[in-house]
Amino acid sequence: MTKKKELTEVFIYPDWCKGCGICVAFCPSQVLELGPDGKARVIKGKECVNCGFCEYHCPDFAIVVKTKPLLKNYANHAQQGQKAQPQK
Amino acid sequence: MAEVTQLIHHYLRHNKKFPHVLCPGCGHGIVLGSLVRSIHQLGLTKDEVVLVAGIGCSGRIAVYTDFNTVHTTHGRALTFATGIKMANPGLKVIVIMGDGDALSIGGNHFIHAARRNIGVTALILNNNIYGMTGGQSSSTTPQDSVSMTTPFGQMEKSFDIVELAKAAGAHYVARSTVLHVKLLDRIIVTALERPGFNLVEALTPCHTQFGRKNKFKTVVDMYKWYKKNALPLDALAKLPEAQRNARVPIGIFVQEEAHSLEDRYVMLRSRLQEGAS
Repeated sequence: MTKKKELTEVFIYPDWCKGCGICVAFCPSQVLELGPDGKARVIKGKECVNCGFCEYHCPDFAIVVKTKPLLKNYANHAQQGQKAQPQK
Repeated sequence: MAEVTQLIHHYLRHNKKFPHVLCPGCGHGIVLGSLVRSIHQLGLTKDEVVLVAGIGCSGRIAVYTDFNTVHTTHGRALTFATGIKMANPGLKVIVIMGDGDALSIGGNHFIHAARRNIGVTALILNNNIYGMTGGQSSSTTPQDSVSMTTPFGQMEKSFDIVELAKAAGAHYVARSTVLHVKLLDRIIVTALERPGFNLVEALTPCHTQFGRKNKFKTVVDMYKWYKKNALPLDALAKLPEAQRNARVPIGIFVQEEAHSLEDRYVMLRSRLQEGAS
């Protein structure tokens, strides 16, 4: 499998992280580790394969995996995402 | 994926204190995210959704979300939901209950809501224990496992929520674990689309009260247990019968069409009105 490296960037909000370690244990590329403060931190951000496991399984909503085009113009994309929502 | 998972912030009450009160690694947070994504996927507005929650850790979910929410008494969430649905059938009523809430104190309401086929979606967060009150054994605590009130092992057999709902006549019964979050998203979306009583059981780990006493060193071990033991129904059917007992089947168990109680009420009313004229 070819890895599409460096297309994503993993962000962690330390204030919301409780350090449960789910993301660290299940990340397929070992991008994350628990730091000395007991909270998750990114060590190998370039290895991220954008599987989304950490994002979907973070019980505290503390992880975001942003794709690079999204990073450039994040606000624009957020607006488009809302427009794409089905109309009632 | 960020645009999907960050949706949660449109639906949270940001005047509440975050991060939420649940323990590190508790699966209830994952269920909260899954529920919000499902509601967003269906395009429902905040005013169309009512979350009714009972007492327990799972009751906190209703507190954090910005829908119409009711935080009700212990075990009686389904009765409040029945009233809301009959008074205003246009609302999407979602009932969030824990296992102790739904099956122990509210067991009677649960089987009768399933029998009546009232149009609510019951989301049962099964963590095998009374987590909030200090780890007493509940009716879903597995036999021989240790809890605060059963220090030498639970003597009683436990309830299987799926089998109970099937026997009580529910027309949609599904189960997932918080590790299989895509499946959980899918079954919640299907449940919300359907009329009648829909049961979704989400298995969530409680490490603080259940895991620590039952040889799970960290909460991650409980997730690994789910990964090893939870199997989709079709994969389970391929296993030899001797190995099936230890596994937890996940997926959709029952999916049938039937008129819901509020539909039958409308039909009855129109029939009587025709008879009178």
